[in-house]
Amino acid sequence: MTQQETPVRKVPVACTLNGQQTEFLAAPYQSLLEALREVVGLTGTKEGCNDGNCGACTVSLDGRIVDSCLVLAAEVDGKSVDTIEGMAPPHGLHPLQQAFLEEAALQCGICTPGFLVAARALLEREPHPDEHRIRLWLAGNLCRCTGYDKIVRAVQSAADKTT
Amino acid sequence: MATVFLSIPLRRYTDGESSAEVPGATLRALVRNLNERYPGIAESLVNPEDTDRLMPGLAAIVDGEPTNMGLLTPLDEHSEVHFIPAISGGAGRLGGSRCV
Amino acid sequence: MTTTADRPSQEFKVVGSRPIRHDGVDKVLGRAQYGADLKLPGLIHGAVLRSPYAHAVIKKVDVSRAEAAPGVFAAITGDDMPVTGSKVVDMVEEVTNLKWSSQRVMAHGKAVYRGHPVAAVAAVDQNTALEALKLIEVEYEPLQAVISLEDAMKPDAVIIHDDLVGDHLGEKVSPTNVAEHTRTEFGDPEAAFAEAAHVLERTYTIARAHQGYIEPHSSTAFWSPDDKLSVWTTTQAPFGVRSNVATVLKLPLSDVRVVPMEIGGGFGGKIGLYMEPLAAMLSRKSGRPVKMTMDRKSVFDATGPGPGGQVTAKIGVDKDGKILAATADIRYMAGAYPGSSISAATAGIFACYKVPNVRIDAYDVVINMSKTAAYRAPGTPQATFASESLISELCETIGMDPMEFHLLNAAEEGTRRPDGPVFPRIGNVACMEAIRDSEHFSSDLEKSPDGKLRGRGLATGYWNGGGNRSSVTISVNDDGVVSMVEGNPDIGGTRTTLAMQAAEVFGLPAHDVHPTVADTDSVGYNDLTAGSRTTYASGQAAIEAARQVVEEIKKRMAMIWETEPENVEFEDSVFRNKVAPDQRLTFKEAAGKLGQTGGPVSKTGTVNVRGSGGGSFAAHLVDVEVDPETGKVQILRYTAAQDAGKAVHPSYVEGQFQGGAAQGIGWALNEEYYTSPDGVMQNSSFLDYRMPTALDLPMIDAIVVEVPNTNHPFGVRGIGETSIVPPAPAVGNAIADAIGTRLYQTPMNPSRIMEALANKRNGKNGH
Repeated sequence: MTQQETPVRKVPVACTLNGQQTEFLAAPYQSLLEALREVVGLTGTKEGCNDGNCGACTVSLDGRIVDSCLVLAAEVDGKSVDTIEGMAPPHGLHPLQQAFLEEAALQCGICTPGFLVAARALLEREPHPDEHRIRLWLAGNLCRCTGYDKIVRAVQSAADKTT
Repeated sequence: MATVFLSIPLRRYTDGESSAEVPGATLRALVRNLNERYPGIAESLVNPEDTDRLMPGLAAIVDGEPTNMGLLTPLDEHSEVHFIPAISGGAGRLGGSRCV
Repeated sequence: MTTTADRPSQEFKVVGSRPIRHDGVDKVLGRAQYGADLKLPGLIHGAVLRSPYAHAVIKKVDVSRAEAAPGVFAAITGDDMPVTGSKVVDMVEEVTNLKWSSQRVMAHGKAVYRGHPVAAVAAVDQNTALEALKLIEVEYEPLQAVISLEDAMKPDAVIIHDDLVGDHLGEKVSPTNVAEHTRTEFGDPEAAFAEAAHVLERTYTIARAHQGYIEPHSSTAFWSPDDKLSVWTTTQAPFGVRSNVATVLKLPLSDVRVVPMEIGGGFGGKIGLYMEPLAAMLSRKSGRPVKMTMDRKSVFDATGPGPGGQVTAKIGVDKDGKILAATADIRYMAGAYPGSSISAATAGIFACYKVPNVRIDAYDVVINMSKTAAYRAPGTPQATFASESLISELCETIGMDPMEFHLLNAAEEGTRRPDGPVFPRIGNVACMEAIRDSEHFSSDLEKSPDGKLRGRGLATGYWNGGGNRSSVTISVNDDGVVSMVEGNPDIGGTRTTLAMQAAEVFGLPAHDVHPTVADTDSVGYNDLTAGSRTTYASGQAAIEAARQVVEEIKKRMAMIWETEPENVEFEDSVFRNKVAPDQRLTFKEAAGKLGQTGGPVSKTGTVNVRGSGGGSFAAHLVDVEVDPETGKVQILRYTAAQDAGKAVHPSYVEGQFQGGAAQGIGWALNEEYYTSPDGVMQNSSFLDYRMPTALDLPMIDAIVVEVPNTNHPFGVRGIGETSIVPPAPAVGNAIADAIGTRLYQTPMNPSRIMEALANKRNGKNGH
């Protein structure tokens, strides 16, 4: 229901979400971020700014990382979406998740899912990035707590351990 | 006798004196004795709505640390007392300003 | 890296180790529930209509069309807010006038900042609520906005609050925009300046800067028909929200239950009320739970950053560089209601030094921008930018090494702080020595290969922090694991630092203490997560609860061993009978015998901790590189040394040093409210409000100095805030070293650097 003359017809979206075939209905104006959180119920993807500047809502779309607040839900029809909820194997953690814990790379933790999804995409492309490369890759993800030091170290540590 | 340091607003009552030696086993007794010497000064120190408490926005520093018992704080012979604007660990304060 | 100033008198097993935080797995899996993640049956969504004007009379608000729109459940305006009368309440952490508290969250008759809520609606979903806002009719009469110190303080200033009575050195003054003028004075600074070999006076301007937490505020409320109100909110102060909501909405305190959600950063900015009372009123009208989440623009426009302002500081030294006197004039813009952090600024500005003659005047000034809030060591980074820049320039002038100056003049045990109290044992000198002895300090600053200008800067900083009230309950499970219930929202690992302190008492691994942050109905009173107090003060409540548990189990063991409790000792997690040494049970074994010896053991430790034990000092050293073509500043190397007393979890202590340094670097180089003359912030997005990214910073070396705090059983100091104090002057001093001229204003952004370089070429200096 909105104030428009005719009710907005929702759009069916069929995508692969964290490896599972998933179908849901989204309003045409709804972002992927809002659809993930409000329609599908996956709240691990966070909203920090809703205008593509903080990276808290980073997800992987067909293998590319995107700010899910800048993607319409309807756009992911037929595509593959990977969120923080799909990162860990059953009853385990992804090496990056383990490294973030061991290196104390989170304080409040609100930016952590976005950093993890972004860092995974980096290590999938470049298993051994140097510090500058890590900082450049993660420059689209804001963290206000850590000063990034321990986040960069965690990514380095996960890279070292996956050799 | 405790030593009380008097902040500038309080010196209106003390003819400009910046400190005083005042007896009192508790902060409340000290304020009572201070008020006898400098009539009216208690009005700036004690919460009129709850006379066990300091004026909102005011902190008493006794021997280097803020009190946690307000006017009931015990004092010893050599205590040093400051009444200063409260510093909160977080939020702002109104200090002496008022809204009418 | 950890340096210990003294050999510690205590040996620790758990404290000082680095376990994985208890809430870590939930947070890396994306399962932790932050404010906006809450789902409740029947939940509807609220949205706020905000004033487009910084200063305007609200002549009419009509919500009838919005209320009648399909999908809309309720709408409210200032007329719906119960409290409108004036009453000052002292909530320990915040002295508040209820009339202003109520008006701040919802305008009543007048909007006094851009973004001031004027009306709110609740609807079936977020989009419907936002659409409904467009149907609200508001008639404004814009007034001239007061957004600078100059305009606010001039004799014929436009007055923001007719009902404000200022306190100017004890005199009541009205009308005025200067809510408060305070002065602290020791000795005779004027006489001392007259005798000084060198005197330097400068004025510094510091920009208003936002805490920049990544999680926007989010609050959900359900007002039950029996007048019980539940509030789920992202706050540093659940008990503060409880009392503030209760008073603003005229409810009995205990009829309000506040559930603290996981909090995505606060830094002082999530203490006061914002949307909680609005969500509550909308819930009362609709009968539904109502969730309200701010957008980022509203966070910038309508929540509280740290105050900007101006500081004039003056210092006089003798021929050897010893400080004879210092004075300061601190003028902070509080925002639309009184209450910037002038008292903390007064305490902090010269706290690192012995200053025998001192006078500090401070002014709290209202302007037409959102009310400022606490921001990490509130008021102190701004004042310290002035004092530490001044001292660096003085050292330059008299040809003295800044390290030598600091060590010659450093405050130590017994030094009187400028606002009166005498320091106990503190780590000021130890931090400076840690920097002096660091590899960074002794390294040479290499020349830039491509003609850029490099410089090194040093600065110190202080934050006192607080103690206050905490309650922690510990219950022993049959398997010897204990559960621990606390009331401080965990912003940066405090579940673990509290659990570790309890574990230390029990001799158990950190993970055998299971911490939970509870709602206000489920744990005793706790003051807020702020003032660097949680690990320090609530940690003492955890220790107290653990010690009570041990004493109780000793009694139980005495029953079993048919002896007196005094004969039972507890060491290394083992209970022993002193008179029958073969009688011994580990904590875990003993835990299994509680049922038959009197039932469950559960104890609550409560504390009201006086002060902080002298606070935490820091010294920061930074190397910068300035591009003379563009004015861009790159941080090349950064070392932060700070006194932690005893680091409970060194990784999270280092994290606080590094995070505070990063925020301070942002304040130094980029962050500001860029505001139009009519009071509208022009850079209210993360793109334009330029916080440091990973690419802007190097690794930040953290040196954990440990000068034990005599106020804490393990020597712990509160450490969360000091780290934001030294960076701006350290960076400024490094820039001055690099470019040979000085900036007197934050942010020291490229355009100001280029201006300073041009002025230098033209033979002008910046002050």
